[in-house]
Amino acid sequence: MGQPSASRSAARLTRDSIFRVAFAVQEYFALLGRVIRTVFTKPAYVRDFLQQMDTIGVKSLFIVVLTGLFTGMVLALQSAVEMKQFGATIYIGRLVGASAVRELGPVLTALMVTGRAGAGMAAAIGAMKVTEQVDALRTMGVAPVRKLVTPRVLAALLMLPLLTIITDLIAILGGLLIAIVKLDLTADLYMRSVYVSLADTGFVLRYIPIDLIQGLVKPIAFGGIMALTSCYYVLRTEGGTEGVGRATTQAVVSSSILILASDYFLTQILIALLVE
Amino acid sequence: MPERPRGEPTGSPNPFVEEVRSEVRKELATERRDDTGGIHTVELRDVWLAYGNNHVLRGISFGVSRGETLCILGGSGAGKSTILRLILRLLLPDQGEVLVGGRDICSVSYDDVLELRENMGMVFQASALFDSLTVFDNVAFPLYEHTNMSDEEIHERVMEVLGFVDLDPREVLELLPAELSGGMKKRVGVARAIVHEPPIILFDEPTSGLDPVTTRTVDELILKLRHELGVCAVVVTHDIRSAVRIATEAALLLDGEIIFKGAPEDMFASDDPYVRAFLG
Repeated sequence: MGQPSASRSAARLTRDSIFRVAFAVQEYFALLGRVIRTVFTKPAYVRDFLQQMDTIGVKSLFIVVLTGLFTGMVLALQSAVEMKQFGATIYIGRLVGASAVRELGPVLTALMVTGRAGAGMAAAIGAMKVTEQVDALRTMGVAPVRKLVTPRVLAALLMLPLLTIITDLIAILGGLLIAIVKLDLTADLYMRSVYVSLADTGFVLRYIPIDLIQGLVKPIAFGGIMALTSCYYVLRTEGGTEGVGRATTQAVVSSSILILASDYFLTQILIALLVE
Repeated sequence: MPERPRGEPTGSPNPFVEEVRSEVRKELATERRDDTGGIHTVELRDVWLAYGNNHVLRGISFGVSRGETLCILGGSGAGKSTILRLILRLLLPDQGEVLVGGRDICSVSYDDVLELRENMGMVFQASALFDSLTVFDNVAFPLYEHTNMSDEEIHERVMEVLGFVDLDPREVLELLPAELSGGMKKRVGVARAIVHEPPIILFDEPTSGLDPVTTRTVDELILKLRHELGVCAVVVTHDIRSAVRIATEAALLLDGEIIFKGAPEDMFASDDPYVRAFLG
Protein backbone atom coordinates (compact mmCIF):
# COMPACT_ATOMS: atom_id res chain seq x y z
CA MET A 1 0.00 0.00 0.00
CA GLY A 2 2.72 2.46 1.06
CA GLN A 3 5.07 1.84 -1.86
CA PRO A 4 2.86 2.92 -4.78
CA SER A 5 1.86 6.05 -2.86
CA ALA A 6 5.52 6.90 -2.16
CA SER A 7 6.48 6.36 -5.80
CA ARG A 8 3.52 8.48 -6.93
CA SER A 9 4.61 11.32 -4.67
CA ALA A 10 8.24 10.95 -5.89
CA ALA A 11 6.97 11.09 -9.48
CA ARG A 12 4.94 14.19 -8.67
CA LEU A 13 7.95 15.85 -7.04
CA THR A 14 10.13 15.03 -10.06
CA ARG A 15 7.49 16.36 -12.45
CA ASP A 16 7.08 19.57 -10.38
CA SER A 17 10.85 20.08 -10.33
CA ILE A 18 11.06 19.64 -14.11
CA PHE A 19 8.22 22.13 -14.60
CA ARG A 20 9.90 24.59 -12.24
CA VAL A 21 13.22 24.37 -14.07
CA ALA A 22 11.51 24.62 -17.47
CA PHE A 23 9.55 27.65 -16.29
CA ALA A 24 12.72 29.30 -14.91
CA VAL A 25 14.57 28.73 -18.21
CA GLN A 26 11.62 30.17 -20.12
CA GLU A 27 11.53 33.22 -17.83
CA TYR A 28 15.30 33.69 -18.19
CA PHE A 29 15.10 33.74 -21.97
CA ALA A 30 11.99 35.94 -21.86
CA LEU A 31 14.03 38.46 -19.84
CA LEU A 32 16.84 38.19 -22.40
CA GLY A 33 14.28 38.83 -25.16
CA ARG A 34 12.97 41.92 -23.36
CA VAL A 35 16.51 43.23 -22.89
CA ILE A 36 17.27 42.78 -26.62
CA ARG A 37 14.01 44.53 -27.50
CA THR A 38 14.75 47.50 -25.25
CA VAL A 39 18.24 47.90 -26.76
CA PHE A 40 16.69 48.67 -30.14
CA THR A 41 13.78 50.84 -28.97
CA LYS A 42 13.54 54.21 -27.26
CA PRO A 43 14.01 55.65 -24.68
CA ALA A 44 17.64 54.76 -23.93
CA TYR A 45 18.98 55.35 -20.44
CA VAL A 46 22.45 56.58 -21.41
CA ARG A 47 23.16 58.07 -17.98
CA ASP A 48 22.39 54.77 -16.27
CA PHE A 49 24.54 52.96 -18.83
CA LEU A 50 27.52 55.25 -18.13
CA GLN A 51 26.96 54.92 -14.38
CA GLN A 52 26.99 51.13 -14.69
CA MET A 53 30.15 51.23 -16.81
CA ASP A 54 31.74 53.03 -13.88
CA THR A 55 30.32 50.60 -11.29
CA ILE A 56 31.13 47.41 -13.19
CA GLY A 57 34.29 48.56 -14.96
CA VAL A 58 36.19 51.35 -13.25
CA LYS A 59 35.35 50.28 -9.70
CA SER A 60 36.42 46.68 -10.44
CA LEU A 61 39.85 47.76 -11.68
CA PHE A 62 41.61 47.28 -8.36
CA ILE A 63 40.51 43.68 -7.77
CA VAL A 64 41.14 42.84 -11.40
CA VAL A 65 44.72 44.16 -11.19
CA LEU A 66 45.35 42.18 -8.00
CA THR A 67 43.82 39.05 -9.56
CA GLY A 68 46.00 39.37 -12.66
CA LEU A 69 49.17 40.11 -10.73
CA PHE A 70 48.93 37.19 -8.31
CA THR A 71 47.69 34.77 -10.95
CA GLY A 72 50.65 35.57 -13.21
CA MET A 73 53.11 35.31 -10.33
CA VAL A 74 51.71 31.99 -9.10
CA LEU A 75 51.65 30.54 -12.62
CA ALA A 76 55.32 31.43 -13.10
CA LEU A 77 56.32 30.08 -9.69
CA GLN A 78 54.44 26.79 -10.02
CA SER A 79 55.61 26.09 -13.55
CA ALA A 80 59.19 26.95 -12.60
CA VAL A 81 59.25 24.10 -10.07
CA GLU A 82 58.55 21.55 -12.84
CA MET A 83 60.45 23.23 -15.65
CA LYS A 84 63.66 23.71 -13.67
CA GLN A 85 64.03 19.90 -13.57
CA PHE A 86 64.29 19.85 -17.38
CA GLY A 87 66.17 23.15 -17.71
CA ALA A 88 63.18 24.59 -19.56
CA THR A 89 62.56 27.75 -17.53
CA ILE A 90 62.88 29.83 -20.70
CA TYR A 91 59.42 28.49 -21.67
CA ILE A 92 57.72 29.99 -18.63
CA GLY A 93 56.57 33.00 -20.66
CA ARG A 94 54.77 30.62 -23.03
CA LEU A 95 52.95 28.94 -20.21
CA VAL A 96 51.96 32.14 -18.43
CA GLY A 97 50.92 33.89 -21.66
CA ALA A 98 48.83 31.05 -23.02
CA SER A 99 47.13 30.26 -19.69
CA ALA A 100 46.36 33.88 -18.88
CA VAL A 101 45.08 34.95 -22.29
CA ARG A 102 43.11 31.83 -23.19
CA GLU A 103 41.60 30.77 -19.89
CA LEU A 104 42.56 32.29 -16.58
CA GLY A 105 42.23 35.93 -17.61
CA PRO A 106 38.64 35.70 -18.91
CA VAL A 107 37.38 33.24 -16.28
CA LEU A 108 38.98 34.77 -13.20
CA THR A 109 38.01 38.29 -14.26
CA ALA A 110 34.41 37.20 -14.79
CA LEU A 111 34.30 35.41 -11.42
CA MET A 112 35.84 38.34 -9.55
CA VAL A 113 33.52 40.87 -11.21
CA THR A 114 30.56 38.59 -10.48
CA GLY A 115 31.55 38.53 -6.81
CA ARG A 116 31.84 42.30 -6.68
CA ALA A 117 29.58 43.94 -9.27
CA GLY A 118 27.14 41.03 -9.78
CA ALA A 119 26.44 40.78 -6.06
CA GLY A 120 26.23 44.58 -5.89
CA MET A 121 23.69 44.84 -8.68
CA ALA A 122 21.64 41.96 -7.24
CA ALA A 123 21.54 43.58 -3.80
CA ALA A 124 20.74 47.04 -5.21
CA ILE A 125 17.86 45.90 -7.42
CA GLY A 126 16.66 43.49 -4.72
CA ALA A 127 16.49 46.32 -2.19
CA MET A 128 14.59 48.41 -4.75
CA LYS A 129 12.19 45.54 -5.28
CA VAL A 130 11.33 44.96 -1.61
CA THR A 131 10.98 48.68 -0.86
CA GLU A 132 8.52 49.05 -3.76
CA GLN A 133 10.91 51.26 -5.77
CA VAL A 134 10.58 48.90 -8.73
CA ASP A 135 6.79 49.20 -8.45
CA ALA A 136 7.23 52.98 -8.24
CA LEU A 137 9.06 52.88 -11.58
CA ARG A 138 6.21 50.86 -13.09
CA THR A 139 3.58 53.24 -11.75
CA MET A 140 5.46 56.14 -13.36
CA GLY A 141 5.23 54.44 -16.73
CA VAL A 142 8.87 53.29 -16.73
CA ALA A 143 9.66 49.69 -17.69
CA PRO A 144 12.02 48.30 -14.99
CA VAL A 145 13.83 46.07 -17.51
CA ARG A 146 14.65 49.08 -19.70
CA LYS A 147 15.75 51.25 -16.78
CA LEU A 148 17.47 48.72 -14.52
CA VAL A 149 18.47 45.61 -16.47
CA THR A 150 19.42 46.78 -19.97
CA PRO A 151 22.01 49.39 -18.89
CA ARG A 152 23.64 46.80 -16.60
CA VAL A 153 23.75 44.10 -19.27
CA LEU A 154 25.17 46.47 -21.90
CA ALA A 155 27.75 47.88 -19.49
CA ALA A 156 28.84 44.35 -18.50
CA LEU A 157 29.10 43.28 -22.16
CA LEU A 158 31.44 46.20 -22.81
CA MET A 159 33.46 46.30 -19.58
CA LEU A 160 34.25 42.59 -19.10
CA PRO A 161 36.43 42.35 -22.24
CA LEU A 162 38.26 45.56 -21.28
CA LEU A 163 38.86 44.29 -17.75
CA THR A 164 40.02 40.96 -19.17
CA ILE A 165 42.64 42.69 -21.34
CA ILE A 166 43.93 44.42 -18.19
CA THR A 167 43.99 41.12 -16.25
CA ASP A 168 45.90 39.42 -19.10
CA LEU A 169 48.48 42.21 -19.27
CA ILE A 170 48.99 42.34 -15.51
CA ALA A 171 49.23 38.53 -15.30
CA ILE A 172 51.96 38.53 -17.97
CA LEU A 173 53.76 41.31 -16.07
CA GLY A 174 53.38 39.33 -12.81
CA GLY A 175 55.02 36.35 -14.51
CA LEU A 176 57.78 38.65 -15.79
CA LEU A 177 58.45 39.86 -12.25
CA ILE A 178 58.97 36.30 -11.03
CA ALA A 179 60.99 35.40 -14.13
CA ILE A 180 63.42 38.26 -13.48
CA VAL A 181 63.58 38.15 -9.68
CA LYS A 182 63.39 34.43 -8.96
CA LEU A 183 64.43 32.66 -12.16
CA ASP A 184 67.14 34.97 -13.46
CA LEU A 185 65.55 35.23 -16.91
CA THR A 186 65.86 38.40 -18.96
CA ALA A 187 62.75 40.43 -19.77
CA ASP A 188 63.47 40.05 -23.46
CA LEU A 189 63.60 36.26 -23.29
CA TYR A 190 60.41 36.07 -21.24
CA MET A 191 58.44 38.43 -23.50
CA ARG A 192 59.69 36.64 -26.62
CA SER A 193 58.41 33.40 -25.09
CA VAL A 194 55.00 35.04 -24.37
CA TYR A 195 54.79 36.23 -27.99
CA VAL A 196 55.60 32.77 -29.33
CA SER A 197 52.80 31.26 -27.25
CA LEU A 198 50.31 33.76 -28.70
CA ALA A 199 51.61 33.33 -32.25
CA ASP A 200 51.49 29.55 -32.00
CA THR A 201 47.80 29.23 -32.76
CA GLY A 202 47.96 31.70 -35.62
CA PHE A 203 46.52 35.12 -36.46
CA VAL A 204 43.27 36.59 -37.67
CA LEU A 205 43.53 39.53 -40.11
CA ARG A 206 47.33 39.02 -40.05
CA TYR A 207 48.00 40.76 -36.74
CA ILE A 208 45.38 39.66 -34.21
CA PRO A 209 46.35 36.43 -32.38
CA ILE A 210 43.61 33.80 -32.36
CA ASP A 211 44.25 33.32 -28.64
CA LEU A 212 43.36 36.95 -28.04
CA ILE A 213 40.12 36.57 -30.01
CA GLN A 214 39.26 33.55 -27.85
CA GLY A 215 40.12 35.51 -24.77
CA LEU A 216 37.88 38.42 -25.76
CA VAL A 217 34.84 36.56 -27.06
CA LYS A 218 34.46 34.69 -23.78
CA PRO A 219 34.28 37.76 -21.51
CA ILE A 220 31.54 39.27 -23.69
CA ALA A 221 29.47 36.15 -23.07
CA PHE A 222 30.45 36.05 -19.38
CA GLY A 223 29.47 39.71 -18.92
CA GLY A 224 26.02 39.08 -20.38
CA ILE A 225 25.55 35.96 -18.25
CA MET A 226 26.62 37.72 -15.06
CA ALA A 227 24.40 40.79 -15.48
CA LEU A 228 21.37 38.93 -16.80
CA THR A 229 21.51 36.18 -14.17
CA SER A 230 21.96 38.67 -11.32
CA CYS A 231 19.00 40.75 -12.50
CA TYR A 232 16.88 37.66 -13.20
CA TYR A 233 17.13 36.39 -9.63
CA VAL A 234 16.47 39.67 -7.89
CA LEU A 235 13.55 40.70 -10.07
CA ARG A 236 11.83 37.59 -8.67
CA THR A 237 12.76 38.48 -5.08
CA GLU A 238 10.06 37.89 -2.50
CA GLY A 239 10.19 37.91 1.28
CA GLY A 240 11.78 41.19 2.36
CA THR A 241 15.44 41.66 3.19
CA GLU A 242 15.92 37.95 3.83
CA GLY A 243 14.68 37.32 0.31
CA VAL A 244 17.19 39.86 -1.06
CA GLY A 245 20.03 38.03 0.70
CA ARG A 246 18.83 34.70 -0.67
CA ALA A 247 18.42 36.08 -4.19
CA THR A 248 21.87 37.71 -4.10
CA THR A 249 23.50 34.43 -3.07
CA GLN A 250 21.59 32.56 -5.79
CA ALA A 251 22.57 35.20 -8.33
CA VAL A 252 26.30 34.95 -7.55
CA VAL A 253 26.36 31.14 -7.32
CA SER A 254 24.31 30.63 -10.49
CA SER A 255 26.29 33.25 -12.43
CA SER A 256 29.58 31.61 -11.42
CA ILE A 257 28.41 28.12 -12.38
CA LEU A 258 26.99 29.36 -15.68
CA ILE A 259 30.26 31.16 -16.43
CA LEU A 260 32.31 28.02 -15.77
CA ALA A 261 29.96 25.77 -17.72
CA SER A 262 29.67 28.15 -20.67
CA ASP A 263 33.46 28.47 -20.68
CA TYR A 264 33.75 24.79 -21.60
CA PHE A 265 31.20 25.01 -24.42
CA LEU A 266 32.58 28.31 -25.73
CA THR A 267 36.08 26.85 -25.77
CA GLN A 268 34.81 23.88 -27.80
CA ILE A 269 33.09 26.18 -30.27
CA LEU A 270 36.00 28.62 -30.57
CA ILE A 271 38.55 25.87 -31.06
CA ALA A 272 36.36 24.32 -33.76
CA LEU A 273 35.86 27.69 -35.46
CA LEU A 274 39.25 29.33 -35.09
CA VAL A 275 41.91 26.71 -34.48
CA GLU A 276 40.80 23.59 -36.31
CA MET B 1 -27.98 51.66 2.62
CA PRO B 2 -30.31 54.51 1.57
CA GLU B 3 -28.95 56.95 -1.02
CA ARG B 4 -28.40 60.51 0.11
CA PRO B 5 -26.29 63.45 -1.04
CA ARG B 6 -22.67 63.31 0.08
CA GLY B 7 -21.82 65.13 3.27
CA GLU B 8 -25.39 65.39 4.58
CA PRO B 9 -25.73 64.87 8.35
CA THR B 10 -27.01 61.50 9.56
CA GLY B 11 -27.90 62.46 13.09
CA SER B 12 -25.18 60.32 14.66
CA PRO B 13 -24.43 61.39 18.23
CA ASN B 14 -20.65 60.67 17.91
CA PRO B 15 -18.79 63.96 18.76
CA PHE B 16 -15.85 63.04 16.52
CA VAL B 17 -18.24 62.61 13.59
CA GLU B 18 -19.88 65.94 14.37
CA GLU B 19 -16.49 67.65 14.36
CA VAL B 20 -15.38 66.20 11.04
CA ARG B 21 -18.83 66.65 9.54
CA SER B 22 -18.52 70.40 9.89
CA GLU B 23 -15.11 70.18 8.27
CA VAL B 24 -16.50 68.10 5.42
CA ARG B 25 -19.36 70.56 4.91
CA LYS B 26 -16.84 73.39 4.64
CA GLU B 27 -14.77 71.38 2.21
CA LEU B 28 -17.74 70.44 0.05
CA ALA B 29 -18.65 74.10 -0.31
CA THR B 30 -15.39 74.63 -2.19
CA GLU B 31 -15.13 71.24 -3.86
CA ARG B 32 -14.68 71.07 -7.61
CA ARG B 33 -17.40 69.20 -9.39
CA ASP B 34 -16.94 66.23 -11.67
CA ASP B 35 -16.01 67.60 -15.10
CA THR B 36 -15.91 64.29 -16.95
CA GLY B 37 -19.53 64.47 -18.06
CA GLY B 38 -20.72 61.61 -15.87
CA ILE B 39 -17.98 59.12 -16.81
CA HIS B 40 -16.11 57.86 -13.77
CA THR B 41 -12.38 58.53 -13.95
CA VAL B 42 -11.70 55.20 -12.27
CA GLU B 43 -14.23 52.42 -12.22
CA LEU B 44 -14.23 48.75 -11.24
CA ARG B 45 -17.07 46.57 -12.50
CA ASP B 46 -17.72 43.23 -10.82
CA VAL B 47 -14.03 42.47 -10.33
CA TRP B 48 -13.01 39.01 -9.11
CA LEU B 49 -9.48 37.94 -8.28
CA ALA B 50 -8.04 34.84 -6.63
CA TYR B 51 -4.54 33.56 -5.88
CA GLY B 52 -5.07 29.82 -6.16
CA ASN B 53 -7.87 29.01 -3.72
CA ASN B 54 -7.55 32.32 -1.92
CA HIS B 55 -10.31 34.60 -3.22
CA VAL B 56 -8.91 38.09 -2.68
CA LEU B 57 -11.67 40.08 -4.40
CA ARG B 58 -15.27 38.97 -4.97
CA GLY B 59 -17.37 41.09 -7.26
CA ILE B 60 -15.96 44.52 -6.40
CA SER B 61 -17.68 47.47 -8.09
CA PHE B 62 -17.23 51.20 -7.55
CA GLY B 63 -16.59 54.40 -9.47
CA VAL B 64 -14.66 57.54 -8.59
CA SER B 65 -14.83 60.79 -10.55
CA ARG B 66 -12.66 63.87 -10.76
CA GLY B 67 -12.81 65.92 -7.59
CA GLU B 68 -13.77 62.88 -5.51
CA THR B 69 -11.83 60.91 -2.94
CA LEU B 70 -12.75 57.28 -2.32
CA CYS B 71 -11.33 55.73 0.83
CA ILE B 72 -11.08 51.95 0.77
CA LEU B 73 -11.09 50.69 4.32
CA GLY B 74 -10.61 47.23 5.73
CA GLY B 75 -8.47 45.04 7.91
CA SER B 76 -5.11 43.60 6.92
CA GLY B 77 -5.36 41.16 4.02
CA ALA B 78 -8.83 42.37 3.02
CA GLY B 79 -7.64 43.08 -0.53
CA LYS B 80 -7.33 46.89 -0.30
CA SER B 81 -3.88 47.27 -1.86
CA THR B 82 -4.79 44.69 -4.50
CA ILE B 83 -7.41 47.13 -5.79
CA LEU B 84 -4.72 49.80 -6.31
CA ARG B 85 -2.54 47.28 -8.14
CA LEU B 86 -5.50 46.49 -10.42
CA ILE B 87 -6.09 50.18 -11.18
CA LEU B 88 -2.40 50.52 -12.07
CA ARG B 89 -2.64 47.28 -14.04
CA LEU B 90 0.16 45.73 -12.07
CA LEU B 91 -2.38 42.90 -11.75
CA LEU B 92 -5.15 41.63 -14.01
CA PRO B 93 -8.52 40.53 -12.66
CA ASP B 94 -9.79 36.98 -13.21
CA GLN B 95 -13.16 38.45 -14.11
CA GLY B 96 -14.69 41.91 -14.47
CA GLU B 97 -13.54 45.23 -15.87
CA VAL B 98 -11.18 47.95 -14.65
CA LEU B 99 -11.92 51.21 -16.44
CA VAL B 100 -9.74 54.29 -16.40
CA GLY B 101 -11.21 57.31 -18.16
CA GLY B 102 -13.97 55.04 -19.46
CA ARG B 103 -11.51 52.64 -21.11
CA ASP B 104 -11.03 49.03 -20.04
CA ILE B 105 -7.34 48.75 -19.22
CA CYS B 106 -7.28 44.95 -18.95
CA SER B 107 -7.01 44.42 -22.69
CA VAL B 108 -4.48 47.12 -23.64
CA SER B 109 -0.88 46.39 -24.65
CA TYR B 110 2.11 46.73 -22.29
CA ASP B 111 3.30 49.93 -24.03
CA ASP B 112 -0.18 51.44 -23.73
CA VAL B 113 -0.21 50.53 -20.05
CA LEU B 114 3.04 52.43 -19.51
CA GLU B 115 1.53 55.43 -21.26
CA LEU B 116 -1.67 55.09 -19.25
CA ARG B 117 0.27 55.10 -15.99
CA GLU B 118 1.68 58.51 -16.88
CA ASN B 119 -1.82 59.78 -16.05
CA MET B 120 -1.61 58.41 -12.54
CA GLY B 121 0.39 59.23 -9.45
CA MET B 122 0.96 56.73 -6.70
CA VAL B 123 1.92 57.44 -3.11
CA PHE B 124 3.32 54.30 -1.51
CA GLN B 125 2.95 53.22 2.10
CA ALA B 126 6.73 53.41 2.67
CA SER B 127 7.07 56.30 0.16
CA ALA B 128 9.24 54.17 -2.23
CA LEU B 129 11.55 57.09 -2.91
CA PHE B 130 14.62 56.15 -4.93
CA ASP B 131 17.39 55.71 -2.35
CA SER B 132 20.22 56.79 -4.61
CA LEU B 133 18.56 60.02 -5.78
CA THR B 134 18.23 63.34 -3.96
CA VAL B 135 14.84 64.85 -3.17
CA PHE B 136 15.15 67.02 -6.28
CA ASP B 137 15.93 64.05 -8.55
CA ASN B 138 13.13 62.00 -7.00
CA VAL B 139 10.52 64.69 -7.56
CA ALA B 140 11.87 65.62 -10.99
CA PHE B 141 11.97 61.97 -12.12
CA PRO B 142 8.52 61.87 -13.83
CA LEU B 143 9.26 65.17 -15.59
CA TYR B 144 12.57 63.95 -16.99
CA GLU B 145 10.84 60.74 -18.07
CA HIS B 146 7.71 62.04 -19.70
CA THR B 147 8.13 65.67 -20.65
CA ASN B 148 10.40 67.78 -22.83
CA MET B 149 10.72 70.49 -20.20
CA SER B 150 14.05 72.30 -19.94
CA ASP B 151 16.22 71.94 -16.82
CA GLU B 152 15.16 75.42 -15.66
CA GLU B 153 11.47 74.63 -16.09
CA ILE B 154 11.87 71.35 -14.23
CA HIS B 155 13.72 73.08 -11.40
CA GLU B 156 11.00 75.69 -11.13
CA ARG B 157 8.24 73.05 -11.13
CA VAL B 158 9.99 70.96 -8.47
CA MET B 159 10.35 74.04 -6.22
CA GLU B 160 6.67 74.85 -6.75
CA VAL B 161 5.50 71.33 -5.91
CA LEU B 162 7.72 71.07 -2.83
CA GLY B 163 6.21 74.34 -1.65
CA PHE B 164 2.73 72.90 -2.29
CA VAL B 165 3.44 69.98 0.06
CA ASP B 166 4.74 72.41 2.69
CA LEU B 167 8.41 71.56 2.40
CA ASP B 168 11.11 74.22 2.26
CA PRO B 169 12.87 73.46 -1.05
CA ARG B 170 16.12 75.12 0.10
CA GLU B 171 16.30 72.76 3.06
CA VAL B 172 15.42 69.45 1.42
CA LEU B 173 16.37 69.73 -2.24
CA GLU B 174 19.79 68.08 -1.95
CA LEU B 175 18.94 65.62 0.82
CA LEU B 176 18.78 61.87 0.24
CA PRO B 177 15.63 59.97 1.32
CA ALA B 178 17.57 58.39 4.21
CA GLU B 179 18.05 61.88 5.68
CA LEU B 180 14.31 62.67 5.80
CA SER B 181 11.79 62.03 8.59
CA GLY B 182 8.76 59.77 7.96
CA GLY B 183 6.41 62.70 7.42
CA MET B 184 8.84 64.46 5.08
CA LYS B 185 9.26 61.26 3.05
CA LYS B 186 5.47 61.04 2.70
CA ARG B 187 5.32 64.63 1.49
CA VAL B 188 8.15 64.11 -0.99
CA GLY B 189 6.27 60.99 -2.15
CA VAL B 190 3.16 63.11 -2.70
CA ALA B 191 5.23 65.77 -4.49
CA ARG B 192 6.64 63.12 -6.84
CA ALA B 193 3.14 61.76 -7.48
CA ILE B 194 1.64 65.14 -8.40
CA VAL B 195 4.58 66.86 -10.11
CA HIS B 196 3.40 65.92 -13.61
CA GLU B 197 -0.19 66.85 -12.71
CA PRO B 198 -1.86 63.47 -13.17
CA PRO B 199 -5.66 63.49 -12.95
CA ILE B 200 -5.65 60.31 -10.82
CA ILE B 201 -3.74 59.84 -7.56
CA LEU B 202 -3.64 56.61 -5.61
CA PHE B 203 -2.58 56.46 -1.98
CA ASP B 204 -1.54 53.24 -0.24
CA GLU B 205 -1.87 53.66 3.54
CA PRO B 206 -0.69 57.29 3.44
CA THR B 207 -0.89 57.79 7.21
CA SER B 208 0.24 54.40 8.47
CA GLY B 209 3.04 54.61 11.00
CA LEU B 210 2.77 58.40 11.35
CA ASP B 211 2.15 60.34 14.57
CA PRO B 212 -1.26 62.11 14.91
CA VAL B 213 0.12 65.55 14.01
CA THR B 214 1.87 64.30 10.85
CA THR B 215 -1.21 62.21 10.02
CA ARG B 216 -3.31 65.35 10.08
CA THR B 217 -0.76 67.16 7.88
CA VAL B 218 -0.93 64.37 5.29
CA ASP B 219 -4.74 64.37 5.46
CA GLU B 220 -4.79 68.11 4.87
CA LEU B 221 -2.49 67.62 1.92
CA ILE B 222 -4.88 65.08 0.37
CA LEU B 223 -7.78 67.51 0.91
CA LYS B 224 -5.72 70.30 -0.66
CA LEU B 225 -5.11 68.10 -3.73
CA ARG B 226 -8.85 67.65 -4.12
CA HIS B 227 -9.74 71.27 -3.58
CA GLU B 228 -6.96 72.95 -5.51
CA LEU B 229 -6.18 70.41 -8.23
CA GLY B 230 -9.51 68.57 -8.41
CA VAL B 231 -7.82 65.18 -8.65
CA CYS B 232 -9.59 61.83 -8.54
CA ALA B 233 -8.10 60.09 -5.51
CA VAL B 234 -8.36 56.51 -4.29
CA VAL B 235 -7.00 56.12 -0.77
CA VAL B 236 -6.40 52.74 0.82
CA THR B 237 -6.33 53.03 4.59
CA HIS B 238 -7.39 51.40 7.81
CA ASP B 239 -7.45 54.72 9.62
CA ILE B 240 -11.14 55.57 10.05
CA ARG B 241 -10.40 59.08 11.40
CA SER B 242 -8.42 59.94 8.29
CA ALA B 243 -11.12 58.46 6.08
CA VAL B 244 -13.84 60.58 7.66
CA ARG B 245 -11.65 63.64 7.26
CA ILE B 246 -10.65 63.20 3.62
CA ALA B 247 -13.17 60.96 1.85
CA THR B 248 -16.16 61.94 -0.22
CA GLU B 249 -17.05 58.25 -0.22
CA ALA B 250 -15.85 55.26 1.77
CA ALA B 251 -15.95 51.55 0.99
CA LEU B 252 -15.34 48.94 3.67
CA LEU B 253 -13.90 45.62 2.53
CA LEU B 254 -14.36 42.30 4.29
CA ASP B 255 -13.04 39.07 2.79
CA GLY B 256 -12.80 40.63 -0.67
CA GLU B 257 -16.33 42.06 -0.66
CA ILE B 258 -17.56 45.61 -0.14
CA ILE B 259 -19.86 45.40 2.86
CA PHE B 260 -20.39 49.15 3.17
CA LYS B 261 -20.28 51.93 0.61
CA GLY B 262 -21.38 55.49 1.22
CA ALA B 263 -20.47 58.69 2.98
CA PRO B 264 -17.83 57.89 5.61
CA GLU B 265 -19.83 59.35 8.48
CA ASP B 266 -22.74 57.02 7.59
CA MET B 267 -20.60 54.13 8.76
CA PHE B 268 -21.26 55.27 12.32
CA ALA B 269 -25.00 54.72 11.82
CA SER B 270 -24.55 51.24 10.37
CA ASP B 271 -25.98 48.23 12.18
CA ASP B 272 -23.61 45.78 10.49
CA PRO B 273 -21.65 43.99 13.26
CA TYR B 274 -18.35 44.07 11.28
CA VAL B 275 -18.73 47.78 10.51
CA ARG B 276 -19.34 48.46 14.20
CA ALA B 277 -16.39 46.24 15.17
CA PHE B 278 -14.17 48.02 12.63
CA LEU B 279 -15.14 51.41 14.04
CA GLY B 280 -14.27 50.10 17.52
